[in-house]
Amino acid sequence: MSPILTTENLSLFYGKKEALKGINMSFEKTGITALIGPSGCGKSTFLRCLNRMNDLIPGVTITGDVNFNGHNIYAPTTDTVQLRKEIGMVFQQPNPFPFSIYENVVYGLRLAGVRDKEQLDAAVEKSLKQAAIWDEVKDRLHANALSLSGGQQQRVCIARVLAVEPDIILLDEATSALDPVSSHMIEMTLLNLRHDYTIITVTHNMQQASRISDRTAFFLNGELIEANDTKQIFMNPVRQETNDYISGRFG
Amino acid sequence: MNAKRADKLATGILYAVAALVVIILVALLGYILVQGVPEISWHFLTSPALAFEAGGGIGIQLFNSFYLLILALVISLPISLGAGIYLNEYASKNTITGLIRTTIEILSSLPSVVVGLFGYLFFVVQFKLGFSILSGAFALTVFNLPILTRSIEEALANIPDSQREAGYALGLSRWETVTKIVVPAALPSIITGVVLSAGRIFGEAAALIYTAGQSAPALDFSNWNPFDISSPLSPLRPAETLAVHIWKINSEGIMPDAKAVSAGASAVLIIAVLLFNFLARWLGKRLYKHLTAE
Repeated sequence: MSPILTTENLSLFYGKKEALKGINMSFEKTGITALIGPSGCGKSTFLRCLNRMNDLIPGVTITGDVNFNGHNIYAPTTDTVQLRKEIGMVFQQPNPFPFSIYENVVYGLRLAGVRDKEQLDAAVEKSLKQAAIWDEVKDRLHANALSLSGGQQQRVCIARVLAVEPDIILLDEATSALDPVSSHMIEMTLLNLRHDYTIITVTHNMQQASRISDRTAFFLNGELIEANDTKQIFMNPVRQETNDYISGRFG
Repeated sequence: MNAKRADKLATGILYAVAALVVIILVALLGYILVQGVPEISWHFLTSPALAFEAGGGIGIQLFNSFYLLILALVISLPISLGAGIYLNEYASKNTITGLIRTTIEILSSLPSVVVGLFGYLFFVVQFKLGFSILSGAFALTVFNLPILTRSIEEALANIPDSQREAGYALGLSRWETVTKIVVPAALPSIITGVVLSAGRIFGEAAALIYTAGQSAPALDFSNWNPFDISSPLSPLRPAETLAVHIWKINSEGIMPDAKAVSAGASAVLIIAVLLFNFLARWLGKRLYKHLTAE
């Protein structure tokens, strides 16, 4: 199977400081890839390169290619607005808009010009079901999304991303601000989605990485140390640094 | 003295200071209201002022105050909104934006009488607008702009960056993120800022004495052609406001019931400003509830 997303010699500089050092990686069309590594290793920075969220930070220079469906997303002709519809993102802190649950989920569709009420209703139900929160909110779709608990808010944020039907979902430590029960719900959600989407998740939680991911990539000091099947990384890592990290010897 | 006693003493002093502030406020409001409210009647609120006889009202002045307020807000709100959005959402931190912020701060600390004199030289004389509602509205804009810009900028700054990121990540452009997420989310506090500044504009006198003028010519309330000088809507007629009227009666009023008119007008002014304050709170809360659903 050909990869949906590849990076070639991707480097990122904050001013003169090199935060990512020539990353070469590829992602399959389905399944979950976990990016692990100690704080400051560049895994979140790498993730944010994949939908050009780093463009917004002043003083950042990016070199190398990120190929998505055969196109370099850093080519000058790339429409970042369109790109971010195809590559959605969920953040560490749940960030629903201060509108109703319904409005949150249909936000992307409304912007894309969808007006048909039935189509919107259907998208809301489908997305909320996919995000495993439909049963909890179906009777109060017009309540403020901010009135939900943190874990529920995060699942609404996932539904908001799913509603625009992206190809890839990026998760930037999406469960680290949540309690264990909510984290578990999100993990279940991701496991259900892994057959239909490319999911790339940054996590500090190694148990989580080993539980849900198909592939794992270990980052250290801005370099990709090792990427392989999750089992391989956790049972039989090739590199000494990987072994040290997963056995808790540093980081 | 041990820490516990010092704490008790400090608490006592703070209570006393707070009580003093409240007592002064209540006494002031109470005095004005007790003196003025008995003078207020429908006749007083609607009939024109009389220069030499007793029994005049404040109808035209009251209308002028509201008209001037609306005009001043219509001019200053779009500018402030634009400036606030630019400063908070677009401007990077450099010398130029630092200079803009300093300018705004200096502008907001200008005494209003200086703004009035500037308005006189600039709008009344230079632009030949004369003593008119328009000159007054421009002067009030100068007076209001810095404060409103600051309060809008602050309202926008209170919206967390995670909201903007969510917008970008959904494929919104920066402008869409600002207009469709940040501004709606900040709207309740923006409205509160606008209504509070409306209260300040409503009570302003010094900036208007030399710009909107000190006379209130009779108005023909059946004539709504804004280009006719006797029409209430005419922006080029001189227009004494309520606050200016109070100042004028007290400095040179020769009507026999000057004291009563002044007391009544002051009470109306205070009540209006209080209403603005309550309206601001109520509207802010309502709007927030409406926007955020339930």
